[in-house]
Amino acid sequence: MDALVTLRAVTKTYRQGEVDVPALRGVDLDIAAGEFVCLSGPSGSGKTTLLNLIGGLDTPSGGHIQVAGRDLARLSPGERAELRLRHIGFVFQAYNLIPVLSAQENVELVMELQGVGAAERHARARAILAEVGLAGLEGRRPAALSGGQQQRVAVARAIVSAPDLVLADEPTANLDSENGRRLLEIMRRLNGERGVTFVISTHDPEVMAFARRLIRLHDGRIQADERRDGPP
Amino acid sequence: MSLLARMAWRNLWRNPQRSLLSLAAIAFGVTLLVFSVGLQIGGYEQMIGNTVRLLTGLAQVQRPGYLDAPRLRLDIPAARDLRARLEAGLRELAPGVVVAPRAQSFVLLSSERRSLGALLVGVDPRAEARLSSLPGTVHRGRYLRTGEEVVLGAALARNLGLAPGDEVTVLGSARDGSVVATVLTVVGVFESGARELDRSLAQMPLATFQDLFAMPDRVHALVLGEAPLDALPELVRRTRALLPPDPPLAVLTWEHIEPGVKQAIEMDFASGWLMYLILVLVITFSILNTFLMAVLERRREFGVLLALGFRHGRLLRLVLWEAALLTALGVLLGMALGAALVAYFAVHGITFEGMEVYAEQFNLPPYLTPKLTPFVLFSGPAVVLAVTLLAALYPASRVRAVDPAETTREVG
Repeated sequence: MDALVTLRAVTKTYRQGEVDVPALRGVDLDIAAGEFVCLSGPSGSGKTTLLNLIGGLDTPSGGHIQVAGRDLARLSPGERAELRLRHIGFVFQAYNLIPVLSAQENVELVMELQGVGAAERHARARAILAEVGLAGLEGRRPAALSGGQQQRVAVARAIVSAPDLVLADEPTANLDSENGRRLLEIMRRLNGERGVTFVISTHDPEVMAFARRLIRLHDGRIQADERRDGPP
Repeated sequence: MSLLARMAWRNLWRNPQRSLLSLAAIAFGVTLLVFSVGLQIGGYEQMIGNTVRLLTGLAQVQRPGYLDAPRLRLDIPAARDLRARLEAGLRELAPGVVVAPRAQSFVLLSSERRSLGALLVGVDPRAEARLSSLPGTVHRGRYLRTGEEVVLGAALARNLGLAPGDEVTVLGSARDGSVVATVLTVVGVFESGARELDRSLAQMPLATFQDLFAMPDRVHALVLGEAPLDALPELVRRTRALLPPDPPLAVLTWEHIEPGVKQAIEMDFASGWLMYLILVLVITFSILNTFLMAVLERRREFGVLLALGFRHGRLLRLVLWEAALLTALGVLLGMALGAALVAYFAVHGITFEGMEVYAEQFNLPPYLTPKLTPFVLFSGPAVVLAVTLLAALYPASRVRAVDPAETTREVG
C-alpha cells in the first residue's frame, strides 16, 4: 500500500535564546492510508512537533516529508494551507473551536473555505454532528457545550470534508475517562467505516490501547513502532 | 451573510464593554466633527452674509480698474436702463434680487467746528433698505428718503460735532471738473460696527448726488444682492451675459471686493482642520489600541484557523472586516447624532455670553447657526473612516506574525 505520510531523516531543532534544542533527531516513518496510529511518549519527546510537521504547520530543520504525495518542502505557505484545507483535519487538546460560532457553524467553516454551497454545507454539518452524537446541539456555542461535546464537534469539523488524514494532539487530555472513551470510539468508528487515517499523540494509556499502531517517541527519536491486530 | 462576516460581527461583541467604548469614542469624535464643521461653515456663511449685507453685496458691476483706482470718470453710463435689464434678467435665477446703484466721491465735509475728508456715496434709499443692513444701523434720526439730506457714520458725526437736524457743507469735484459746494441736512447717524465705515462714510440720495456731481444717469457701481450665496457663480455668469459691450464692465464678487474676509475664512478653515486632524488622530489611536489588543488576545484562535486551512491573507481580511464594521457603526452613529445637533441648533441657534451686545453692535442676529450640508455631513466622517481603516492595517498585519505551530504548541 502507498504511504499517505512519509518522513525521511526528519530533524527539528528549536532555538531557545542561545541554545539549540533538538525536538526531533532523524525520524523515518511511513503511515499508510486508513491506519489508526498513536504517538506516545513523555512530554518533550517530539509528539506535537511531529504532528505539526506532518500537518505543514511547521517546517523541518532537515529531512523530507511527503503527505498525500506532496513534498511539503516544495510547497509555499499558501499551498500548505490549501493542503491542510483539502486533505488534513486537526483536533487539538483545547481551544479547538471558534467561540463565536455555533457547533454547526464551526463544522461548516472548513466547508465554506472549500467553497461548498450553503445547503450542502448545512446538511453535511448536521449529519456529521448527529454521527458524533450531537444531534439537537447544533445551535449551541462552544461555551454552552461540555469539554467532551466540544471535542466531538472538533472531530466532526476535522472529518466533515472527508480528509485523507486527521491529526489529533492529545484530544482526550482534558476529558474525563468516559468522555475520552466515547471520543475514541467515534474516531475508531470513523476510521473503520470511512477509512479516515488518524494520527493521535497521547500520554493516555487508554488511547494507546485503542491504537492499531503505537509509535513510541523518546528524545526526538522513534523508540518503538508496534502494530496490533485491533482494540480490546 | 457568510460565516466570515458573521464571525467578524460576533467577534466585535466578544468584549462588549471594549467594543462599546470604542464605538462611543468614534461616535463622539464624529459627532464633534460634524457639529464643529457645521458650526464653522454656518459661521462662515453668516460672516459672508454679514459682509455682503452690510455694504458690499454679493457682486458689483463696475468699470474695470475702478476698485483699485476709484476715479470719478470711471463710471457706468445709462445706469437706469442697465439696472432695469439686470433686474429683469436675474429675476428668474433669484426672484428677490436687488440691483442697487451707487455713485461715490471723496469729499470734504465741514461743520462749524471742523472739516474732515469722507467718502460720500449716492444711493437709492429704497434699494439700499432691501440690500444693505446699514440703514438698519441708524441709531439716531432716520435713514435717507430723498432730496438734500445725508446720513453720517457715528464717529464721523461725532468728530464733526453733528447730530440729526444739523447741516453739513460738502466740498468736492464734479465729474465735469466743476466745484461741488453744497449744504446737506444730517437726517441720521448710523453705527455699523465697522470702524472704518463709521469714521469715514456718508450716504445721500443718488439723484441729488448725480445732480451735484454732474453725473446724470451715471453710477460707479451696480450692487447685486438678495440672491442665495450658492447661486453666486450663476449670478455672475448671467450678469456678464447681460452687460453691454461698451464701455467694458467687470463683475466683481464679494471675494474680490473684500479679500480680507475670504483670507480670514481660509485661515480659520486651515486652523480648524488642524484641530480636526488632532481629534481624528486621538480617535484613531484609541481604536488602534482596541484592535491591537483584540488581535493579540486571539493568537491561539488564529493559530487554529491557520491549522484548519485559513491563509494569513484571509485572517487579515477578517480583522479588517471587524475594524470596518466597528468604525462604520461608530461613524454612522456619530453622523446621525452630529446631524441631529446641527439640525437642532440650525433652528434654535447658539448664543455665547456677551454675544448679544456684540451682535447688536454689528446689526447681526445674536446667535450662531450651524449649517448642514453634504460637505458638513460627510467630510469629517469620511476622514475618520479612512484614517481608522488605515490604522487598522497595523494590528491586522500582526496576524501575519502568527505562527500556527507555535500557538498550537502552546495549546498542546
